[in-house]
Amino acid sequence: MMDALKALSSWAIPAAVAAIPLIGWLRGVRVYEVFCQGAKEGFRTAVAIIPYLIAMFVAIGVFRSSGAFDILAESLARASALLGAHPEVLPPEVLPLAVLRPLSGSGALGYLAELLKEKGPDSLAGLIASTMQGSTETTFYILTVYFGAVGVTRPRHSVATGLLADFAGFAASVYFVHRLLIGG
Amino acid sequence: MNLVWTALIVAGVGFAIVQGETGGERVTQGIVNGAKDAVSFAFGLLGIIAFWSGMMRVAEEAGVARFVGRLLYPLIRLLFPGIPKDHPANASITMALTANLLGLGNASTPLGLKAMEDLARLNRNPGVASNAMCTFLALTTSSLTLIPGTVIAVRAAAGSSSPAAIVGSTIAATFVSTLVAILVDRLLRRPEGGSR
Repeated sequence: MMDALKALSSWAIPAAVAAIPLIGWLRGVRVYEVFCQGAKEGFRTAVAIIPYLIAMFVAIGVFRSSGAFDILAESLARASALLGAHPEVLPPEVLPLAVLRPLSGSGALGYLAELLKEKGPDSLAGLIASTMQGSTETTFYILTVYFGAVGVTRPRHSVATGLLADFAGFAASVYFVHRLLIGG
Repeated sequence: MNLVWTALIVAGVGFAIVQGETGGERVTQGIVNGAKDAVSFAFGLLGIIAFWSGMMRVAEEAGVARFVGRLLYPLIRLLFPGIPKDHPANASITMALTANLLGLGNASTPLGLKAMEDLARLNRNPGVASNAMCTFLALTTSSLTLIPGTVIAVRAAAGSSSPAAIVGSTIAATFVSTLVAILVDRLLRRPEGGSR
């Protein structure tokens, strides 16, 4: 099952990239010209998202470089201990990841790598953190880029939706690691 | 978004003030690096975004897009009421979600942007997210994925005895978060301005 999925995932793009022009050519589409026209539009899209990316990257850069992020993560860990979360159920080291994950993809990946090195990839904290990283996305980055590409500045309820889904993903990560991997 | 953005910056600078001089220097460096990273990031994406835009244009002209769009049309109609049958958005949404599912990171963003552009053409209030856009982003940010490839690689690099052990728990967790995303999106959704 896993092997079939891996094969599908490594051949999906080459297959699509070969099939699309071939079918186009067989149907008499001027594939080269059409491709370049489409690519020109994509070029404009990539440039259009730059202001939005700058706004988001700078804000996150300020928040992280000032140390405000570390304080937030630390107080979360302390709050969870106060609320009675047992470290054998919810290791405090995974909480900073939950804060970082929606904000910065590369930051979260760096934190995960550090955590795996320190705690071990097969420890409880390592398993939960790995599951968190894999099961959610960098919500703010996606909102920034996707809305930026079409010039939307009022995202309505999608910020709340994305963050609630992230939170659900984190809670589910803790639950399923215990349920499926630890056997508790 | 206005609140989040202001809060991130003001909280960061406020915290830096408490720390004194070094805090100010670090924040200034954070601003410079953030701005630089944003541009290099966009340029890093530029090539692959242009490539997939070109490919999708060929797929549209060849009728491949229409075929792909019809494959999952019943599901898409359920999630995105209001997208006409045979609209290019059906195909781009299908392809973007498939790329997510297969963990094809560098194809999913370009295809997702294509889907957003197709949805923008159906949007009656430019500048304001449509319901369909919100639903699409709910699905994208909750990232329904089958193969967490990057995480497996990081775990292997850290010397895990079984790097892929987290595949099951990841699929279960991502399923829950996507389900929550769809439900919350439905609950918070309001009729859009203008008649549909």
